[in-house]
Amino acid sequence: MIHRECGVLKTTYEADMALYPLPIARWAVGGFAVLFFLVLPFSVHEYYLSIVNLVSISIVGALGLNILVGYTGQISIGHGAFMSVGAYTAANFAVRLGLPWPVNLLLGGLMAALVGAVVGVPSLRIKGLYLAIATLAGQLIIEWTINHVTFISGGVQASIQVPRPELFGVPIASQRQMYFLLLAFVVVALVGTMNLVRSRIGRAFIAIRDHDIAAEIIGINIFRYKLLAFAISSFYAGVTGVLYTYYLGIANYEQFQIVTSIDYLAMIIIGGLGSVLGSIFGAIFVTLLPILIRYAMEGFGGLVFSQGAVLNIIPNLRLILFGGLIIFFLVVEPEGLNRLWRNIRNYFRLWPFAY
Amino acid sequence: MSALLEIRDVSKTFGGVQAVTRLSLDVEPGAILSVIGPNGAGKTTLLNMISGFYHPDGGRIALEGEDITRVSPSHVARRGVARTFQNIALFKGMTVLDNLMLGRHVRMRSGVLASFVYWRLAQKEEVAHRKRVEDIIDFLRITHLRRVPTGALPYGLQKRVELGRALSLDPKILLLDEPMGGCNHEEKEDMARFILDVNEEWGATVILIEHDMGVVMDISDRVVVLDMGQKIAEGTPDEVRGDSDVIKAYLGESKAPGNGGVRG
Repeated sequence: MIHRECGVLKTTYEADMALYPLPIARWAVGGFAVLFFLVLPFSVHEYYLSIVNLVSISIVGALGLNILVGYTGQISIGHGAFMSVGAYTAANFAVRLGLPWPVNLLLGGLMAALVGAVVGVPSLRIKGLYLAIATLAGQLIIEWTINHVTFISGGVQASIQVPRPELFGVPIASQRQMYFLLLAFVVVALVGTMNLVRSRIGRAFIAIRDHDIAAEIIGINIFRYKLLAFAISSFYAGVTGVLYTYYLGIANYEQFQIVTSIDYLAMIIIGGLGSVLGSIFGAIFVTLLPILIRYAMEGFGGLVFSQGAVLNIIPNLRLILFGGLIIFFLVVEPEGLNRLWRNIRNYFRLWPFAY
Repeated sequence: MSALLEIRDVSKTFGGVQAVTRLSLDVEPGAILSVIGPNGAGKTTLLNMISGFYHPDGGRIALEGEDITRVSPSHVARRGVARTFQNIALFKGMTVLDNLMLGRHVRMRSGVLASFVYWRLAQKEEVAHRKRVEDIIDFLRITHLRRVPTGALPYGLQKRVELGRALSLDPKILLLDEPMGGCNHEEKEDMARFILDVNEEWGATVILIEHDMGVVMDISDRVVVLDMGQKIAEGTPDEVRGDSDVIKAYLGESKAPGNGGVRG
């Protein structure tokens, strides 16, 4: 049986600790790899690829936020700001010093990690809602600083244009090229996160989330690991910000406001806290839903309303439907889309038997 | 400096309550030392001071001659002091295996980058420590429970897993806060056997808080009796059993101190 644990005999610890012990899971991963590397990029229009690219960027950010909120149990409403830190760091290095994009990306991530760790310092003393407010303050302070300090923001417009990234001398100009670049980042972020949460560091994060006193008694330095979680998570956020900047060709603080922080929180809550797969589901859901709603409105809205009214209604109804669907999904499955998927998977694990 | 753990004149007050008063204690390497006493005698406070949760108001605690009086709990653990809690403190969402692997945390080195890459870096270490954890799982006879989330286990087994997590730290000193509290006879017997084996085979020094006098008298090398935050007796189980202060502390003034008076 390829889809059951039964009969899968492991003779080494390496095999027992593999990411995908079941054959069907390995095949599925292989199938998705073929789909995303070979089929999708060459079969759909550039416009659709640009949407997929948005999803890719969101996945990286959602994974990072999930490390902090889902795995370590700390909350942050400052991730939008950490993204802007990454974005403006990279943009400034790109424009002022003309550094290549991989260096900018790394520097953006590191700067965001540093700022994130500083904003995370209150987490050592406060938890839950109080920490949420502290990080919210971080968000507002960073937003204000970037907006008002012209040295960072590059002028009144608070936006900096970045040159097109290049890879081996080839400028990445089309959405298709951008797609492959972002896909690589998604793969690295995915595999890295899965590895992180199944080894020493990730286990310590989960321990802090589950029982901080017990974590301390077995030798986990809570102080260090909470800051580490903030730093790692913010690094992801910084990288997300840089990727978004190169995607848009411009660093603009308006892309990284409180709404962005909340969007990302929505992603991981809808997708599933403390789950890598959930981060993907959530990123897809939150990114695609507004776009799908717009399509649906444009397609079917004309049947009920006049064409002019549709254009007026779309932006409002989009928000209403978006909020409504989020509530609907959370009521149906409070533990997120990942839980929904696991229920389906567990059902078929035994199928066609009842137990 | 022969004692493994040296406690000198430690005191601790909470507000107006004098939890522990000028307590001194030497723990020899390889011993099983039981701390007994009525409720509120300061037993758990003593354990909390050793493991670094509370810092004493006065006095000094030294492990292998090194002062650990004001060291944080995670650093005390790093020096080889493991403990279990009166009310189980497992990571309930995690499997037995992960709980025990967390016990190995201080013995592992992998940093963020090694964990991120995993293959050829963290993996090697994970496998090596997994072997040690498997030894402990074998020893505690919980091989069939490896993949079970600890929250789903019955109480007695949770106590056993918590002991396992403490053991996977390779502790020099094992602090057990009522390892048999709430267990039935069979579970108590198992636990007593594990404690003796840990002590004999792995040479861990054990400091034990326990209310079941039968067990305490059976397995301890030495017994310390606390009452109202003060040490009122110390000695072998037999010496303590006959001590008149001890009997007084447990039963109040007694005109005819008997052998069975300590029981209960």
